[in-house]
Amino acid sequence: MEFLYYMGDVFTPVNFGLLVLGTIGGLILGATPGLSPTMTVALMIPFTFKLEPQQGLILLGAAYTSTVAGGAVSAILLKIPGAPANIATTLDGHTMAQKGQGAKALQISFIASAIGGLFGVFLLIFLTPVLATWALAFGPSELFWLAILGVTVIGTLDSSSVVKGLLSGCIGLWLATIGFDDIMGAQRFIFHSSVSGGINVIPALIGLFAIPQVIAMFAKGRSGVDAEIIVVQRHPIGAAFREVFSRKRALAIGTAVGSIIGLIPGVGGQIAGLVAYDQSKKMSPESGKFGTGHPEGVIAAESANNAMVGPSLVPLLTLSIPGSPTAAVLLGGLLIHGIFPGPALFTQYPEVVWPFINSMLVGQILMCVFGLLIAGWAANVARVPRAVMAAVVLGLAVFGSYSVGHSMGDVYVMAALGLAMYFLERFGFSAAPLVLGLILGPIAEANFMQGAMIANATIGQMTYFFTGWLNWLLISIVVASIGYSIWMELRQRRYTTKEDAQA
Amino acid sequence: MNDLPRTQHIIASGTIAAVGVSVAHISYTQEPAAAFVFPRLIATVFAVLAIWTFVKAVLGRTKVGQGLSGQDMRNLLPGLIVTLVYAFWAAKDLGFYTATTIAFFILLTLYDPAPHTEAKTWIKRGLITAGFMAVMYGLFAMLLNVYTPREIFS
Repeated sequence: MEFLYYMGDVFTPVNFGLLVLGTIGGLILGATPGLSPTMTVALMIPFTFKLEPQQGLILLGAAYTSTVAGGAVSAILLKIPGAPANIATTLDGHTMAQKGQGAKALQISFIASAIGGLFGVFLLIFLTPVLATWALAFGPSELFWLAILGVTVIGTLDSSSVVKGLLSGCIGLWLATIGFDDIMGAQRFIFHSSVSGGINVIPALIGLFAIPQVIAMFAKGRSGVDAEIIVVQRHPIGAAFREVFSRKRALAIGTAVGSIIGLIPGVGGQIAGLVAYDQSKKMSPESGKFGTGHPEGVIAAESANNAMVGPSLVPLLTLSIPGSPTAAVLLGGLLIHGIFPGPALFTQYPEVVWPFINSMLVGQILMCVFGLLIAGWAANVARVPRAVMAAVVLGLAVFGSYSVGHSMGDVYVMAALGLAMYFLERFGFSAAPLVLGLILGPIAEANFMQGAMIANATIGQMTYFFTGWLNWLLISIVVASIGYSIWMELRQRRYTTKEDAQA
Repeated sequence: MNDLPRTQHIIASGTIAAVGVSVAHISYTQEPAAAFVFPRLIATVFAVLAIWTFVKAVLGRTKVGQGLSGQDMRNLLPGLIVTLVYAFWAAKDLGFYTATTIAFFILLTLYDPAPHTEAKTWIKRGLITAGFMAVMYGLFAMLLNVYTPREIFS
């Protein structure tokens, strides 16, 4: 119950003000199609430089929580998911809005999000210290395999092609080696003065997540936002609460599915929402109503994608392995304040980590309150022309990258990586494994080198890295995730070929 | 997969394969060798996967990635040029605020669906640009104290 000891820190004027600011800002930005939670958090990192680590993390955590929930606004009112996590919400949410139940759909989505989110954060609170204690048993070889696991799981599960996912991870790992070698002091792959000190993670994250979206907006040309915003009618909030609690099955399925999926590194909210929707539909006696504006569809999807938020931070805070791209960005936020997550985090920085986790707990409630208040208004941000959005994001990306180290080199790195990532995405590569590779590369290399030195002095490298049950467990998961993804890809291909033949 | 994406896939995967092979070559030849132990490990996997992807593209067996249509290229090219000029030259040589104002206004003009023939749309774009720059100045210059290049005003 240590978290209760630090609960008061959330309610200091500055911290609470930042929490409110992050929540409202996140809701509005989340409702904006094209601004994903990962990109929003990445663009916000430069604004945390002047803040204390505790304050900066509270702001980023609030933004993460509320952008995921805010995405439901445009999903319901415009049929455009604010983020990939809200895809399942459009299925019933928009149909409800078309039937004149837009306010009801928004209200139940925020209430379900808050309930799922609270459960997820409680999991984070109770699981993290236990896992952190367990993680103390990890030596260099286990940490090396864990870093490789983080890259391969995201590379295989988050990509439409296993080979391209792994290749993206390799590119990220290689980018992480650019600069000076810590042990020998030798220059590695320094092909331009901008990267002589290595690739700074924050500008890289901003470039990889923001610039491809800016160029994607350019690629749509001079077209306006063609979606029609549905006018929201009034609906009593009490009735929405009763509606949510009368649909306990959908709420429980969504919350459970989201929490479990959140714990698995690399499997994001998009999958959580869709899996919860599917399971809820299968187990509901009213399964025929799904897709026709059934509240259970919204409840299952929204409770799942917010329940995923808390557990997705468990591997990050215990093992310094980010479980999702947004968690990777949060890791960047921790690193710029000199905080390295891992087993010792709760003993070294309890005054930072507990208020951060507590703020996510309080943030869920604030997200629900402000969501209910501003949902209808927030949908208007979708009216902002794409041209304005693209130009704003580009300006923020350039200023944000520069402000990290007051260096034009960071701006060049941001722009170059962003441009390259846009074209890579067009050819089936994805940003998530590349980012994980870039962030986990130094962890993997440091532990590999440390492990190699221990191994050379003791039992030899093969024995050191390939024996021990924990090493084998991690290697097995790496192999299993690759094998499973290849099997799924082949199955999908056979299915598609069969369908083509029938057509 | 039609011919256009196939050619594009060959170019894209060929470029990545060339990078992968170069990285592997540097990792195996550069001194001191001890500094390249980990890069060698990564570069080997990188090169193998990149060559695999390239061979698949040459054989026309790439299943993922739509490539870029001519329309996409035509749409994004002006914005891309503005972005490149802004990030790689103008921001430093003209100063951040001047360059951002110009780039922002040009991008609005290029991609705003509102007609260019009406005076009020130009005024609107000017006002949006001014508003954005005021926010950026407030945030970065006043709140965060970020000192940016001021070239033409210095």
